[in-house]
Order: sequence, then structure tokens, then C-alpha cells
Amino acid sequence: MYNRRRFLKTTIGAGALASASGLVPAWARPASDGNLGIPSLTGNQFDLSIDKFPIRIDGRATEAIGVNGSVPAPLIRFREGDDIVLNVTNALEEDTSIHWHGLLVPFEMDGVPGVAFPGIKPGETFQYKFAVPQNGTYWYHSHSGLQEQLGHFGPIIVDPAGSDPVVYDREYVLMLSDFTFENPYRLFSKLKANSGSFNFQKRTAADFMRDAGEKGLAETIRDRANWGKMRMSPTDWSDITGAQYTYLINGHSSADNWNAVFKEGERIRLRIINAAAMTIFNFRIPGLPMTVVAADGLNVQPVETDEFQIGVAETYDVIVTPEQIKAYALVAEAIDRSGMAVATLGPEPGMKAQAPALREPVPLTMKDMGMGDMSAMGGMQMDNGSKADMSNMAGMDAPTMPGMDHSMMEGMNGNDMVEGRDAIPLIAPDLKTGPSIAKLAMAPTSRLDEPGQGLNDVAHRTLTYSQLRSLEPNPDQRSPAREIELHLTSNMERYMWSFDGLTWSEVDGPIIFNEGERLRLTLVNDTMMPHPIHLHGMFFDVVNGGGSHKPRKHTITVKPGEKLSVDISAEHVGDWAFHCHLLYHMEAGMFRVVSVMPNKSKTEANMMTMPMALEHPQMKQPSMDMNDHGSMKMQDQEQ
Amino acid sequence: MTHINKRWSQLTLCCFAALAVPFSALAQTSGMTSESTEETTVEKPAPVAGQQADAYYSKDEMEKSREELKKMLGNRKTGSILFNQFEAQSVNGSEDLYWNGQAWYGGDINKIWFKSEGLVSLNSGKADDAELQALWSRAISPYFNLQTGIRHDFKPKGLDHAVFGVQGLAPYWFEVDVSGYLSTKGDVTARAEIEYDYRLTQRLILQPRIEANFSAQDIAERDLGSGLTDVNAGLRMRYEIKRQFAPYLGVEWQGKFGGTRDIAKLAGNSGDQTVFLVGIRSWY
Repeated sequence: MYNRRRFLKTTIGAGALASASGLVPAWARPASDGNLGIPSLTGNQFDLSIDKFPIRIDGRATEAIGVNGSVPAPLIRFREGDDIVLNVTNALEEDTSIHWHGLLVPFEMDGVPGVAFPGIKPGETFQYKFAVPQNGTYWYHSHSGLQEQLGHFGPIIVDPAGSDPVVYDREYVLMLSDFTFENPYRLFSKLKANSGSFNFQKRTAADFMRDAGEKGLAETIRDRANWGKMRMSPTDWSDITGAQYTYLINGHSSADNWNAVFKEGERIRLRIINAAAMTIFNFRIPGLPMTVVAADGLNVQPVETDEFQIGVAETYDVIVTPEQIKAYALVAEAIDRSGMAVATLGPEPGMKAQAPALREPVPLTMKDMGMGDMSAMGGMQMDNGSKADMSNMAGMDAPTMPGMDHSMMEGMNGNDMVEGRDAIPLIAPDLKTGPSIAKLAMAPTSRLDEPGQGLNDVAHRTLTYSQLRSLEPNPDQRSPAREIELHLTSNMERYMWSFDGLTWSEVDGPIIFNEGERLRLTLVNDTMMPHPIHLHGMFFDVVNGGGSHKPRKHTITVKPGEKLSVDISAEHVGDWAFHCHLLYHMEAGMFRVVSVMPNKSKTEANMMTMPMALEHPQMKQPSMDMNDHGSMKMQDQEQ
Repeated sequence: MTHINKRWSQLTLCCFAALAVPFSALAQTSGMTSESTEETTVEKPAPVAGQQADAYYSKDEMEKSREELKKMLGNRKTGSILFNQFEAQSVNGSEDLYWNGQAWYGGDINKIWFKSEGLVSLNSGKADDAELQALWSRAISPYFNLQTGIRHDFKPKGLDHAVFGVQGLAPYWFEVDVSGYLSTKGDVTARAEIEYDYRLTQRLILQPRIEANFSAQDIAERDLGSGLTDVNAGLRMRYEIKRQFAPYLGVEWQGKFGGTRDIAKLAGNSGDQTVFLVGIRSWY
């Protein structure tokens, strides 16, 4: 599958570097020790060629779009703050692009055709130049059409300029993806014609019998009637499922068994990137606890867990320390449990771990429908086990008490007192159902303290957004001055996806942010599916009760029926894409442009103080006062 | 793209100017007088939200790519063809081929929609019924489309109608299609179709289906009496080998009512019959 020559070359290069330097960073070790199976490019200058070529996936010959003959594309590795040049050549017969997902680059280097640049025409070479003020695990992918579905994505590691607070002996990148042997535009067209056609977990007569036996006939009929009345299906987890997709880890299906090795006692850093087009995964390593140390590239305070849900485009870095000398299964199970990709982490190369069986799918609940936590009130007993909820109520377990949602908890959380919802002006849409909005969430709730769809009832620890705390204090701790509410809307039956009921084709213009402002973005998910929402060029400070240590993410998965808030510092002037990272949802129009407009007075002030050598990307340099870092630092000192 | 690379180097050198230019433009638009003495580069217009990349790339190329993106994200046209029924019907030794299909093309709200229905005798090879509707379909609610256009009957007699109908998904997952027809002769008729998919397994599906026709008046040349004219009530069991390809077996009761039944009986036909059918449901 890979370009073997390039693979060997980089291996030798890494080996030479290791022996020369004496001090061997984990990433520079030979491929037999780390980064197995992904060719890697390191340095300051990168030549990337995007092409279509034959490959084998899961033993089947097919064609993919990749970079330098590789799917996934090569690992790009460079150092925080270094000036990077990437020459990207388009060898396709159509326009292409590369977007550097999560990297804070100047917007004209962001790589979104029709927003940040005109795209790369066939035969042309486009030069990207930037330096980034951050380190960690990121990735890159096409932002043109549906190319991402065909393999046009690869990992990025930005090594810290200073020392890494995360200590590890060995590291691997795990790129999760979903591959189809069919033309992605054909899949899109099928979804428009029959949005349920990839779902082979629909409720059947047999399910009715079973439920009637377990819950009683009347209850089962009432349940079916509830869903039928709404014309919605409690099994609508994923638009495209394992019936269509082959799930991959680093381009390998379970049968192809990508495998990584470890030595006894080693601390291994896994950099897990969800590069799928449409698949949210639940990731676990049975028998091996994981300590989450970074989310979306940025370090978080270590949290130990056994499983986490990873939305499309999200990344998590975890540390594992295998205690037993045996082969462990790295399991990425699709959220709807229609399939999975399994790789192996073992003491010897070539081992194959015992893959667990797919777990039973869990039906959606009324909470997923945006009708609040009705199961806890004992009114509409859906499938989430009302017994557990009742016992919680008896024990006065606050988080599951109806009406006592997480935002209220935050109010008691000291630092977040100033962030009360009613304190700032709110711009919220006035929405009605119609062709593009099949339903509105009647009682959206905070679900940050839930691990994600289907993981509520698993018998081990699961990660929640509310557990995440930034390792560093947040760089901007101002309270937001205004709040924008945006609804994630859909009509599954027509396969329409939008924000506030409007697609990018229909909407008047961009969402305006003003340079230097701190604002709150509140997202309400009126749909039945989780949406990984991604804003280019800025991080979301997730309002999860973290006070001055909110986790900072470039992509946040908003659960069905959920209402959540993120705070944003509009630092970087430019036009930035903002969209659902489920590829076909974006293609259907769930997309906006956020325009950060230059602040006049600030520009004026900077004109008098700015040295000529100002470089936009070097945001950590003192000269970047225009980006408000100066005032932020002062705030930091006050705290 | 070479001009872009060149522009980049200019940019690095003239970052100050790039910053200053938006300011000066803003100053002008806000009515301030600004002597832009130190700004030696060409005047650029004030940054426009959503068009800020024009400062770095050719405005024409950006405009083109923006239009393309607008067209793609939310306005992509798709199409589909559905043969809901394509079947051989058998009763008392006579065999007919019946089809009922539709095709559409367009965006989320507006579509061109074709429907066709007909019956050909497999014994004689002659078409008894054949009609084609060409409609404009507009989404008017989450689950319903308003459809209006023309219908042409090729058989039994060439006849044109104006069509006005509603098609969509009713609560509890009933597919509904109701249309009224006004013929060029001034006759008003109507048709209602309701069907439901009952899933026995993920691939084995039982589909009850009813089609009823109405006439507002007696229409002698079409053998119709006023009121309910005929009803077809069928049960089809299909197996979806693929979602798009499903052979089926079924049975259907076809009956005529009221004046229409009387006319049929006078002509020596029975008022109702039960047919067995075998067919293929497919869509693209």
C-alpha cells in the first residue's frame, strides 16, 4: 500500500538522526520501533504530491486519493514556531486543497477553497508557508469536494519548542478512517434518495416481539407509536454504516491488522486521530487503561479512562503502560456498532490480538430527541433503564436529577460565576419547523457529563467532556461580552443538514466576529445525530466548569438534544470555515464562514507601535500585540 | 499560481502595509480624512466579510471559487429513479405487466418529478393503460411536497390533464400520494395511494398498499361513474438483496365501485378480481 522506497528512505533518515544526536526523541526512532506503517516527513520543507492511485484495502484492489503515493498521507512533523514551507502539487484531474486541521495558520494559508484561497488547480503547485504557535497532534486533509473520503488525509505532529510535559518512551499515530469502494458522490446521491438505505439495524418484527416480552405489549406499542408519530427512527445513529464502510486504522482493516510493538515497562503515547469522513468511533484497548494527556492537540490534565468517544476530526493523545507481555487489541468501534477496525499492540511484530465481538447497538432515547431527561422522571420510560435513574434520585445524585443540568452546576463553580448565561446579550435565532427543520429540541440539556451515545451503560470508565481540564491556564480568561446561539438542524428524511435551517447556499453571508473580542458560541443540536463541529483558526474554550482551565478544542461533538457553550477569542483576522465535520453533512450545506473583521482602533494603535518585521503566524512573538496576547498576559498575571 | 508565490514574498516584506491598508480604507469609509503618506502601496478596498482573501489572491479567482462553494454546499442537484412496482399480474390465465414508477431530479426544495403508471397485456401485447406525469415538486413542510404539472394518458385514449397533488410521509411512516386531475374535457378525477413498509427482518419487508380512484362526474368515454371508481389493495413481500434491488411476491384485490362497477358488469366484466403478482422493486 505504501511507497516502499520512500518508507525506507525516511526510516534510514530517522535512524541516522538518532545515532547522530545521541538524545533520541521517540519520533526519530526507527520505524520498527515507532510510527510503524506510516511514512513520515520531518524538517522545515515538505514536498507533497496529491494523486489518485491504485491501492489494496482489506485485500481488495481499488483506487484512492492520497499524498506521495500513500494512504493515509505521510506524517508531517516539524517544530513549534519553525517557519515551514509546504509545496503541494496537484496531480489530480480536478481541483484540490490541503487544510491544516487545528493549526493556527494565517487564514490565507488555511486551505479552504472559496473561503481562504482559490484552491489548487490540476498541475499546479501551491506553496503554503507558516509557523505555528502550538504543539501536539493535528492532521491535514482535503477541503475540496469529497476527496477526504477517498484517503486524502494525513497526520501532523508539532514537536514542542521547549520540553514536553508528557513523558513517554515510544509513540504511535493511529489514524482512524472509513473507506468506501463506491464513488462518494454516489453515496451522497443515495442518501438524498433514501436516507435510511445504509441502516441495517432498523427495528423489525422480531425487535417488537422481544420488547413486548420484556416491557409489555402496551409499553412497546406506545414506544413504537411515539417514534412513528415523529417519523423518526431510534436506530438512526449513522448515515453511512459498516454495511457500506470498511473501517481502517492507519489504512489497515481489521483483517490487514496494523500492528505496533512495545517493550516491557514502556510508556507508550498513542496519538489517535479520527480522520473518518462520517464515522464517530468509540475507542478502547480491552484490558489496558488509557491516560488521556491531550485533546485536539493541546495538553490536558491527565485523566485515566477505559474508553472514549472520538468525533470526526477530534484527536486524543493517551499514554498506556502495558503491564502484561501480550498482544492488546486497539479497538475503534463505529458509534452505531455496525463495524470496527482492530489493530494490535503487542510485544512482537506481526502479532494479532484477539478482537472483541461487536457490542449490541443501543437505541436512541427521548433525551437524544431533545425532549430532556424524561427517563429520569419516570414518565416516558425509554431504553436507558429507569431503575438506575430512580436509584440515583434516591441517593440524591445531583447530575442525573431532572432539571439540574450541568450548566447549573457550573454556576456554583467559583470561577465560572461570572459566566452566567443571562449576564450577556444573546443573539438567538427564531426557528420554526419546515422542509429543512424536521424538529426542534423542545428541552435541550447539557450532556457534557455524558460519555457519548451508547456508552452510558458500559461496564467500565468512559471519558466525558466535563472531565477535561486544560493543563495550562487558558490564555484568555475574559468573560465573553456577547453570546451567539446557533442551532444544528436537519431533516433526515430529505437528508438536509444546516445551521439554523439554512445551508451555505442559502445564507446571506458570514457570521461576524470582531477582532479582539471574547464571545460565547452556544450550540443547540436539534437533530438526532451527534455533530462534530469545527471552527477553523480559533480554539473553542469548552464551558464545562473548568474555570481558568477549560479544555480548548478545535472540534467539539455536540450530542443529539444537547445545548453546550464554548468561549472564543477572535484573535486572527480573516475568513474562517465553520462546519460540521461529517463530510456529507458539510456537503449538504451544514457550513458557515466566520469572518473575524479587523478592529480599527487596534489596528491604529498597532500602526504606531508595530515593527516592520511583523509576521502573522508568529503569534507568540511579543510583536503580536495586535492579537491581544499582550492584554491576555496581563490578565494572566492578575489571576 | 506563480503569482501567489510572488505575492507571498511581497506580503512578508510589506506586512505593515497590508495591515495599514485596511485601516486607511476603513478610515475613508467612516468619513475621516486620512493622509496616507507612509502607505506607499496601492490603495485596496476595505475588507469585506467573506471576501478577505481577495487581499491575497486574484479577486476573480476568489469570486469563482466562492460561487462554486455556494453551489456545492447545499445546492447540489441529485436525482433518483424508483420502480416501486414492476410486476407480472396473473388472474384466470390472463397475464399483465404492471408498472408504477417515478423519477426526480433537483435540489432539496424544488424538483422536477415524473410519475408513470401503466398496464400491458402480456397475452395480446397491447397496452390497456399508460400515463406519464411531468410535475414540479416543491417541499412545503418537513415531510410533504406540493406537486403540480401535467399528465398525459397514452392509453386507453390520448388525453391531457392538469395535476395538483401532495406527496409525502405521514405520521407513523405511511407514504402518501394524493392527486387531483382536471382533464382538457373539463372532467375532475382524483387518486390516492397509501403504502407502508413493515420490516419483518432487515431485508424482508411486507408492504401493504392501497390505491383508490375517484371521479367527480360520470365520464362515459372512460367507463367511469361518479364517486369512488376503483380500489386496488395489495400485499407485497419483498426481499432486499440490496437496498436498491428487491424481488417480491404479492397478491392484490382489484375492485370497481358504484357506477363504474355497473358499467364494467354491463360490458360483461366482473366487478372485482384477485391477482397474484411477482415483480421487482428497484431504485437508483
